Amino acid sequence: MTTTTSRPTTRTPVADAGPEVRRATSAGARVDRIVLLGGLASGISLAVLLSTQVLTDPGPVGFVVVAYLCFLAVYGVLVALGDDLLVVRDKIAQVVIAGLAGLALMALVYVVLFTLFRGRDALVNVNFFVEDMSNAGPLEPLSVGGIAHAAAGTMIEIAIALAITVPLGITTAVFLNEVRGPFPRFVRTVCEAMTALPSIVAGLFIYAAVILGLGFDKSGFAAGLAISVMMLPIIIRAADVVLRLVPGSLREASLAMGAGQWRTVWHIVLPTARSGLTTAVLLGTARGMGETSPVLITAGFGSVLNLNPTSGPMVSLPLAAFTFSGSPEPTMISRGFGAAAALLLLVFVLFALARVFGGRPAGDLAPRQLRRRGEESRRDAERFLARRDRGAGS
Amino acid sequence: MADTGLPEFLEDVLHDPDGGAPRERIRSARARRDRPDVVFGVGLRVAAVTVLLIMTTIGLFLFYRGSIALGQAGPGFLTTQEWDPNGGHFGIAAVLTGTLLIAGVAVFFAVPLAVGVALFISEYAPRRIRGFMVNLVDLMAAVPSVVYGLWGLLLLSEQVIPVARWISASLGWIPFLTIPDVDPNDPLATETVYKSSTFLAGIVVALMIMPIVSSIMRESFSQAPAGEREGAYALGATKWGMIRTVVIPFGLGGMIGGTMLGLGRAMGETIAVYMIITPLFEIQPYILRSGTSSVSALIAQKFGASTPFELSALFAAGLALFALTLVINFSASAVIARTRSGAVSDA
Repeated sequence: MTTTTSRPTTRTPVADAGPEVRRATSAGARVDRIVLLGGLASGISLAVLLSTQVLTDPGPVGFVVVAYLCFLAVYGVLVALGDDLLVVRDKIAQVVIAGLAGLALMALVYVVLFTLFRGRDALVNVNFFVEDMSNAGPLEPLSVGGIAHAAAGTMIEIAIALAITVPLGITTAVFLNEVRGPFPRFVRTVCEAMTALPSIVAGLFIYAAVILGLGFDKSGFAAGLAISVMMLPIIIRAADVVLRLVPGSLREASLAMGAGQWRTVWHIVLPTARSGLTTAVLLGTARGMGETSPVLITAGFGSVLNLNPTSGPMVSLPLAAFTFSGSPEPTMISRGFGAAAALLLLVFVLFALARVFGGRPAGDLAPRQLRRRGEESRRDAERFLARRDRGAGS
Repeated sequence: MADTGLPEFLEDVLHDPDGGAPRERIRSARARRDRPDVVFGVGLRVAAVTVLLIMTTIGLFLFYRGSIALGQAGPGFLTTQEWDPNGGHFGIAAVLTGTLLIAGVAVFFAVPLAVGVALFISEYAPRRIRGFMVNLVDLMAAVPSVVYGLWGLLLLSEQVIPVARWISASLGWIPFLTIPDVDPNDPLATETVYKSSTFLAGIVVALMIMPIVSSIMRESFSQAPAGEREGAYALGATKWGMIRTVVIPFGLGGMIGGTMLGLGRAMGETIAVYMIITPLFEIQPYILRSGTSSVSALIAQKFGASTPFELSALFAAGLALFALTLVINFSASAVIARTRSGAVSDA
């Protein structure tokens, strides 16, 4: 039987149809980018014109604002030439949101660069890092005196705070994740509310409880306690979030193998979340290190290196920056900026460490960890084999 | 017992020696806890109770220390503007107003910025830039407050003056944006009236609270379900249309909670505010004018040399701040917790 009507059939491509042209599937078409750049150029030009000819000197901040508004207007008109209102709104929303993100980025860069720039006079002197202020009066040049005492104070105070907050904070975070019922929910709510505890109130509390109540002096120990009160909710909340990301299936597998709760937490949950916990602790440390107000109340102020946290005033870097910058002398203000810049660099180092050691989601291993894990598995396999052979031999 | 042809174990059940109904014994599904687990559970609870105890004693201690001053001031503590504990005339009306105004300005600037950053990170940024931006926002949260204070005091204060003058000239008809007895259009007028104002302090605090507000908003935006997002696209929505109809409604709880948390943070901010403002103990509703005050700055300022009674008054002020931030933070975390499930991840 033969049919004369043509039925749809599959054909192999003709060999000499020429090279296939790949269709562009990316969303950002070239013309969009050209329109964006054109709008940008035109907006800035318009702003220059406006601020030099029409407006009376709006200052750098005002210029940026005017330029951005001009850009938005021009860009909207340009998009409207080719598309309908829906697309115009979409494009405007996109550039507004990107602009806000850019503004945040600029603000951070501005703050950081300004501090480092103003601190450069103090930071280039070696003595700034190795001497304390015992020989340096307010009129001494920057080649005398330094912030060694404040740096040592910061280290001691943060060490005290970490010794308290890390065990207590992580245990509490484990509690929040391992125990069910209304009590953990209550503790979690309290901790979350306490993350925004005003830091000066933490200082007041330690002043009332430890200095007035227990009769301690203003000292590094009291300052460490005040920082602990402030850091504790931060670390609990961060660790809680990290522990919550440990897959439930891992925990269930461990329980199904017959491990108890303690073994599951110690051998499964905590190692899985190790990198996230490291990040939580390092970021908490960075926050605690930079706090001035609890230290202002509890640590006292001195200009001599003091390594004993239980007696005598102990200065820390933020307190030193704060006190120096309150002075009318330019060299003291330079020292203040130097101390702030040193503190900022310390925070950056901690931050970089947090990103190197942590920042991976639970259970995601670095290549080195993966290799080590593989080696452990191989050793286990060998052990099992050896045992089987022994069993077979006997 | 007669042989019924049933398997032995069923016989035992059916023909109970007592002749009663078949025995049913429900096996307990509760896991038996061995000793390490019991010790571990107790340890966990001890830690939790310790933390709870620390957190609750804060209020108790502040109340105990502040009660002397509170008792003497009575309800006037809330309505008096001056701060002169030794003269027996002190209250937090002025400082509390200042705190609220600074926090209000901070939230006004921080929230749009935070929404922008959060939407950019969760919706617009390419994958590589996303990680970078998240790090950046975290870094912004970690920059010490004394650094922000130095920046605001020695750099921003100069640059804000023309902006403040412009606002007061063009928006002066809004009551709190004007400055009485000052003509903003007079180019020769002194600029010091615009220095160390609520406005400047608010801008600096806005930068400090932006990261936390933004990260809570981002968390709730990224929870908008993929099905609804794709549904919006399938109905022909543009990206912005999808964000407006799916992401923002889903993230609304997080946006409100984050804003309130930011407000709480802003009210507690001490050092940066203390460095910037010129203390003033009267209610100052003109936010562009020099001179304002906040509870935390008051504490930091007056703490140095104080008689026991002055100290008690400061503790009372601290208690007021603590209570206020606690109420705001509790409601904020309640709002946030409603939008976030506490379930264990199944990933």
